[in-house]
Amino acid sequence: MTALKFSRKHLGIPYGLFMALFVVFPLLLIIYYAFTDPLTGKLSLINFIDFFTSNANLTAMFISLALAILTTAICLLIAYPTAYILARTDMNKNGIMLLLFILPMWINFVLRTAAMKELLFSIGMFKSNKTSFINTLIGMVYDYLPFAVLPIYTVLQKLDKNILEASSDLGASGSQTLFKVTIPLSMPGIVSAITMILLPTMTSYVVSDTLGNGNVTIIGKLIENQFSTMYNWNAGSAIAMILLVFIFATMLISGKFSEEGSQDARGGGLW
Amino acid sequence: MVKKFIQRGYIWLVIAFLYAPIILLAVYSFNNSQVVGQWSNEWSFDLYKQLFTSNELMTTVANTLILAFVSSILSTVLGTMGAIGMFYSRKRVRNAMNTVTQIPVINAEIVTAISTALICTMFAFGRTYVSLLIGHVILTFPFVVLNVTPKLKQMDKNLYEAALDLGATPTQALFKVIIPQVLPGIFSGFLIAITLSLDDYIITTFTKPATFNTISTFVFDAYAKGGRSADVPALRALSTIIFAVIIIMLIVKNVLANNGAKKGGKR
Repeated sequence: MTALKFSRKHLGIPYGLFMALFVVFPLLLIIYYAFTDPLTGKLSLINFIDFFTSNANLTAMFISLALAILTTAICLLIAYPTAYILARTDMNKNGIMLLLFILPMWINFVLRTAAMKELLFSIGMFKSNKTSFINTLIGMVYDYLPFAVLPIYTVLQKLDKNILEASSDLGASGSQTLFKVTIPLSMPGIVSAITMILLPTMTSYVVSDTLGNGNVTIIGKLIENQFSTMYNWNAGSAIAMILLVFIFATMLISGKFSEEGSQDARGGGLW
Repeated sequence: MVKKFIQRGYIWLVIAFLYAPIILLAVYSFNNSQVVGQWSNEWSFDLYKQLFTSNELMTTVANTLILAFVSSILSTVLGTMGAIGMFYSRKRVRNAMNTVTQIPVINAEIVTAISTALICTMFAFGRTYVSLLIGHVILTFPFVVLNVTPKLKQMDKNLYEAALDLGATPTQALFKVIIPQVLPGIFSGFLIAITLSLDDYIITTFTKPATFNTISTFVFDAYAKGGRSADVPALRALSTIIFAVIIIMLIVKNVLANNGAKKGGKR
């Protein structure tokens, strides 16, 4: 028998094994737990029925969606003009202004959120429970804004200036050019910003726990509760599966807009 | 003129929003007031002294750095092997593996966290340093692959064949031809891995041993769970130092890049 000859593709074997064991298999486990009755261990839909008949859960889902959509919309509204000014004027000649917008991404996320808590606390935003939602919203916009500026800036910068000139030569006004040419052409950047912000704001409970004063429960927190406090893995897995379906749907929709959208997600473009 | 003024004003307003919390903490790091917003007496370095003499905080900082460094190295080795292996595999295998590589990137962190915790409990090593390292490798390896693969695409395909024709063994060709060619990609993947690992809270909290703390978990316990330890004010000093280090790093990086550009060198 001849010794197995080394080839470059064999390097993929340990990698494939690692992914099978730690990425694919756990997802199958989650699906298995989601469809199993925690008491009898038999296959059942009880976890999903429980989830959709609980008022607390449905409220959390509604709050997550509201927070996610509002955060994303506000981030886009602030980030688009920012990216536009940076890409189109001489303010960012040496790249320093852009750097100022990316720099906060390097500072520890939890620490930044804590800093926002100190700021909001010192201006008296923690005096009543009525401000919990707005505090969380401010914190999320603050944390995720850089993730919206970067991809939109990248797209706007690559935009061919001749197209904009052609548009005005053909008689379009400034706002017509903006809404009919510039914004449609920057859709890949906008979509990539949305995919980077929408999901984390629904699931990352760091901001809502720090700034929500215990009054803002999002879907990620529900999963955490089931696993860390209630020890009900089945119910937690069912919520995780509902999330997975949602993620899959968003990917399908956003995939139509940009092929490389996911490449920029988290960390991409940082260095 | 007015337009320019409005544009500049707008940009500086957004920057003020982004930096106000950090600068507030930085100012209050030079004061020993317990509460941010209530200035007591005078400037002082007490919080910095407290930071450097607190065993708990120093261990936390060391833990964070060691975890980031070790997990990023593991993740870089694994990701580089994966990227090279995938690139030279058959198309079907490559596409399948590429899709799986994307899963941790697009998945919600909480789902990745519970799946890692589930599998580690199943293999009966529970929440230990092993599960913590695995969790951080899962978090970061796709970004190494994403950075190495484009470099493999840019590489001249014939180089490897030429090395073999000139008598190199496949292993030699791998280490002397392929790896040097993709090194910039490996390096930027490593840097992103470090950044993500330093930043992570959710996966860490689900996979770490009970007494182990990183900066993220310590700050979260103090600010979200209300576990007010006496060291909490010293966190202001810590965040100011982190902020300063990052600014210095970016300046150095930019100066180096500019020098490189002036010499006519490639980035």
